[in-house]
Amino acid sequence: MKRSISFLTFAAAGAATAAPAMAADLNVAFDIPKLSVAEYHAPFVAVWIENPADSTAAGTLSVWFKPNHEKWLKDMRLWWRKAGREMTIPADGVTGATHAPGPQKLTFSAAKGPLKDLKPGQYTLVVEAAREAGGHEAVRVPFTWGKPGKPATAKGAAELGAVTVSVK
Amino acid sequence: MKGLKTRLLAAAALGAAVLAPAAAQAARNWVLPSTTTLSGANAWVTVDAASSDELYFPDLRPLRIESIQVLDSDGQPVQPQSPAMGKFRSTFDVQLTKPGTYKIASVSISVMASYTENGEVKRFRGSGEDFAKQVPAGAADLKAIRTLARSETFVTRDKPTDGALKPTGQGLELVPVTHPSDVVAAEPATFKLLLDGKPAADLEVTLMRGYEHWSGKPSAELKVKTGPDGAFKVTLPGRPVVDQRQLPHRRDRPRRPAAAARRDGGDARHGCSGRRWRRSPSPGPGPAAGRRRLQRQLHRRDRSPAALDLKQLVIPAAAKRRAGTQGRPRYAGPWVRGRLRRPG
Repeated sequence: MKRSISFLTFAAAGAATAAPAMAADLNVAFDIPKLSVAEYHAPFVAVWIENPADSTAAGTLSVWFKPNHEKWLKDMRLWWRKAGREMTIPADGVTGATHAPGPQKLTFSAAKGPLKDLKPGQYTLVVEAAREAGGHEAVRVPFTWGKPGKPATAKGAAELGAVTVSVK
Repeated sequence: MKGLKTRLLAAAALGAAVLAPAAAQAARNWVLPSTTTLSGANAWVTVDAASSDELYFPDLRPLRIESIQVLDSDGQPVQPQSPAMGKFRSTFDVQLTKPGTYKIASVSISVMASYTENGEVKRFRGSGEDFAKQVPAGAADLKAIRTLARSETFVTRDKPTDGALKPTGQGLELVPVTHPSDVVAAEPATFKLLLDGKPAADLEVTLMRGYEHWSGKPSAELKVKTGPDGAFKVTLPGRPVVDQRQLPHRRDRPRRPAAAARRDGGDARHGCSGRRWRRSPSPGPGPAAGRRRLQRQLHRRDRSPAALDLKQLVIPAAAKRRAGTQGRPRYAGPWVRGRLRRPG
């Protein structure tokens, strides 16, 4: 687990220094709301790209879960059906530990992972959260891959706050 | 947090409905896993198996544990764990030690026979093995009906596989063309029926929904016919996310004709019948926004304490009370309802 976290941060740091050869990076910012509930567990979160035409997954960018709690990965049910169940978990540069509530910022390098082979075009970024003893929510944000564009935002209601996606 | 939409209850129901012998129309055999989608090692399901009039409502008899056949993702038999036979249902657990799709089935062969022994007509009813033991080999006037009943369900850990889905070539069998773990509500799915390993053409297939006991009015059954290759295609409807009738102050409630509403004391303008008479139809702009938010939350079926902000539940009521003091008729209990009834 530890190893894959450092890998994730390395990937993020690498994105800043490594010269982006072709396209820009994908920035994803979202909020995990602080909830006053009796039993709180940090949510499992999957960040993935969807093809808008047929709603299939075009790549998994990031998955946060608790080690030895793979049993609950399936609760991120859209991602699990479309991409998660095909993956080997843990996955280097993709899986990591859950995060505490608060603003989250992720940067995905265009030179790495699923973005490396992603053809320019219209896509949907999905942030899906599932919380133990809590709810489930998926927020979809459309974006255009291939050239820098304006940030797009969609709001979650319960498990996720505002999700902003920008290509820079 | 359960993936309700895509659970394979429909497929299990389908197995039960299709493959139960036609004679036993009332009671249906069913095998119901606690979940159909699992992830990670140490994956277990617990399974109920019973025969009852209503699907998944055990009130008649359990299925025999000996009739249970579990195949792992390689098609190898697996022993059910912790089996127990109760009054109305049998239960057992299955550990999914391998990734892939497991098949859990109840398969029983029963024989009904009549024959003549020493000039007396005798009857036999029981399992296939008992038939061989109890009925003499050279029985005269032997008439026998052999029934093979099969109820199947599928459970997948991680990636779906096909190893357990191979037909045995005995009796009527369902062969998934669309993988059972890929059946999604509102998307077409294809299955194939085989009779003794050969395509079962021109058969009528009935699909029914389980868990209908408390629904008041059972959902309509789907009926399709198999083609010449034994295949049939079906689009399973999704269950409505929230029963709209349970929503407080529903906005899309069908408006009743004014006359009908007036007759039983309701207010047609606010789409509210006499039986659910409301004293203050519009609690004002502020709380209405909160109410709409609550409605949206309820509509998403997110009923976790966090999602369902309890404060919002309280505010409209308080606002209504305030509105009551500002000139609107104040609710004084159901006994004054008659006075408020409009003439005509």
